[in-house]
Amino acid sequence: MPDRVLPPVRTPFRALAQTFVPEASSLDERAWAEVEAIVEDALATRPPKLRRQLATLIKLLDVLPLLRYGRRFTGLGTKHRAQFLAGVQRAPLLLLRRGVWGLRTLVFMGYYTRPDVRSAIGYRAAARGWEARR
Amino acid sequence: MIAKDYDIVIVGSGAGGGTLAQELSRLCRNGVRVLVLEQGPKLADSEYTGCELEMAGALYEDSGGFLTADGTMTLALGRAYGGSTVVYTGTSLVAPERVIGAWSVPGLAYEDVARRSQKYIRENHVHFLEPHEINDNNRLFVEGCAKAGYHAEQFPLNVRGCRGSSLCNLGCPNAAKQGTHRVQLPMAERSGVEVVTRAEVRRIEERALLVRVTDKAPGGKGFPSEWAPGEYRVRAKVVVVAGSAVGSPALLLRSGFGARLPKLGRGFTCHPAHILVAEHGRPITNDVGHPKSFYVDRAADEGFVLETCMYFPFTTAKNLTGFGAAHSVLMRAFPRLQMILVLACDKAVPENRVTVDADGNPVVHYTFTPPTVRAMVRATRASAKIFFAAGAVRVHAPSADPPLIERKDAGRVDELIHERHFLLGRISVSAAHLMGGCAMGKSEADSVTDAWGRVHGAPWLRVADASLFPDSLEINPYLTIMALADRVAEKLREEAPALLGAA
Repeated sequence: MPDRVLPPVRTPFRALAQTFVPEASSLDERAWAEVEAIVEDALATRPPKLRRQLATLIKLLDVLPLLRYGRRFTGLGTKHRAQFLAGVQRAPLLLLRRGVWGLRTLVFMGYYTRPDVRSAIGYRAAARGWEARR
Repeated sequence: MIAKDYDIVIVGSGAGGGTLAQELSRLCRNGVRVLVLEQGPKLADSEYTGCELEMAGALYEDSGGFLTADGTMTLALGRAYGGSTVVYTGTSLVAPERVIGAWSVPGLAYEDVARRSQKYIRENHVHFLEPHEINDNNRLFVEGCAKAGYHAEQFPLNVRGCRGSSLCNLGCPNAAKQGTHRVQLPMAERSGVEVVTRAEVRRIEERALLVRVTDKAPGGKGFPSEWAPGEYRVRAKVVVVAGSAVGSPALLLRSGFGARLPKLGRGFTCHPAHILVAEHGRPITNDVGHPKSFYVDRAADEGFVLETCMYFPFTTAKNLTGFGAAHSVLMRAFPRLQMILVLACDKAVPENRVTVDADGNPVVHYTFTPPTVRAMVRATRASAKIFFAAGAVRVHAPSADPPLIERKDAGRVDELIHERHFLLGRISVSAAHLMGGCAMGKSEADSVTDAWGRVHGAPWLRVADASLFPDSLEINPYLTIMALADRVAEKLREEAPALLGAA
C-alpha cells in the first residue's frame, strides 16, 4: 500500500473540497474520513508521480492566493475561495485547469458516491427498476 | 515461465473477441484448440450491485478514469469477461451505408456488413421497448425533438427481460443485456473454447504470446483466474487481437510491429461526448427505466448524434462544468433532471493516435480539431433547444459561461453556447466509442490490415475489433464490430487447413 497522499495536505484539501461542494462544510469527522478514504483508494492505484503531483497542486493552490489576496487559500472567505478557483479554471495554462479539474473530480467521487448523499440528492436507481417504484 | 500450446488464441472477449470465439468454436469439433485471453475478471451475477464506485472499479480500465495524454478527455474502456459489452447500453444500430462507402476499404461492402449485423440482431434479441417501458427522461426528449424540429428515432436494444434498473453502464444487475458475456462466450465455452480471465497479454512474438495472469485482489469482485497466477508463454498458430481500439494497437506496438506498419496506432477516433443536463419544474422518471431509448442522427448534415442518457451521481457531478453552489443546486435537483448525451462524429487524423510509454502501456494522443469542436457546440445548442422545448426551466451547457442557461434566455442559446467557451480542462469531455488504430485498407502504406482483418505481412496475425475502423462510424459501434469479427472468423475458417496444418 503506497503512502497516503492527503494527511500532509489535509487542511487545504478540506478547504478546497468545501469550495467544490459547499455541503461538505457540514461533514463531521467520520464523514470526512469516508470521503478521504474514497479519494485515497482511487489514488492508491495511480502512479507515484501523479500522486506527488496532486499533493504539489494542493500546496500550490493553497499559496497562490497570496499573490492576489495576501492570504493563503485556507485563510480566505467563501466568496474569495470560489472566485480564486473559478479564475484557475479559466487559466491560460492547461496544466492548471486540468489539475483543478482532476482535484474536483476526486472530491466529487469522495462526496457523491457515499450512500447517504445518493439518497439525500434523491437518486433512487435500484436493480428492481420499475418494480421498485410501482 | 509456464508454457502452453494452442491453435488459435484470441486476445479480448468483447464484441470482437466474443463473436470470434463463438464463430471459431465449431473448429473445436475437429480438435482445434481455441483460447480466449481476457484481461478483466468474470463476475458472478450476484456481484452486479449497481454501486457506482465498486462497479466502475471492477469493470472499467482505471475505474473509468482513463485519460488521454494531455488529460482533457476521459475514455471508457470495459475490462471484463465480455469486454465493453458488459457496460454498454445495448443500442444496436447497423452501420450507415454512406460511412462504409466512405471508408473505401477494398473488399468490404456495405451489404455484407448489413447482412452480418442482421445475424447478431437476431442472435442478441434486438427489439424496440414497448411504450410502457419508456421513462419520462426519454419521453421528454421525443417531445422536445418534435417541438424543436428534430427527428427522434427509437434505439433497437439487445435486452431480454429488462427490468428498467437504469444501471446498464455499471453492468446489468438483472442479466438482461445480451452482451457477449451472456450470449457468444457461454456458447463458445460450451463448444470447447477455453476462456482465461485476468490474463494480460504483454507481448506477441512470432506465433506466441507472453501472458501475465494476476491473482484476484483480496475483497475484489469476480472469480479467480482459470489459470494460476504467473507468467506464461502461449504458443499459437494463429493470434487474433481484439483488445479494443486502445488495447490492440498498443499490444502490437509494444510487440514491435510499428517498425513495418507505419499506420499502426494512427487514425484514432472516439465520438467525443458531453453529458448535458436540464432541470424540470417537477420530478420525472429518470433513474428508472432503460436510459438510452431514443436518438437524433444529425451525423451526415451537422456532424453530431444526440442520445438520451442517464448517469449516476458521481459521473453526473464530474461532467457538470464548474463547482460550488450552482453545481450543488443542480445535483440536488436529481429527481428533476433530464439528460442528453451529445456525440461529435470526429474524423480520423494522423495526429490522433495510440502510442505506448516506456513500460508498454497505452497512451492516447487526442487533439480536438476545429470541425470536432464546432460539431460539439452545434450539438449542445440543439440539445438546449430540445430541453427547453420539452419544458426545462434551466439547462446546463458546458460550452456556455456561466454554464447554466435559464428559461428566460432560451431564445439566446445560439449566442450563449459558443466555441470560445469550449475550454479544455475546464469542461468535461468523455468518450466510449473508441475506434481505429489498426485500420483496414490496401497495404502497409495506408493501413494495418486488409478487409478481413489480416495484418499486412503476417498471415498468422489478425485483428477483430473497433480498431479496424478506418474512420469514425458515426453511430454506436458494437454491432459493426460483431459484423467485422464475423468476417474475420469466416476467413479464418476458410484458411484453417493451411494455417493450422494437421489440426
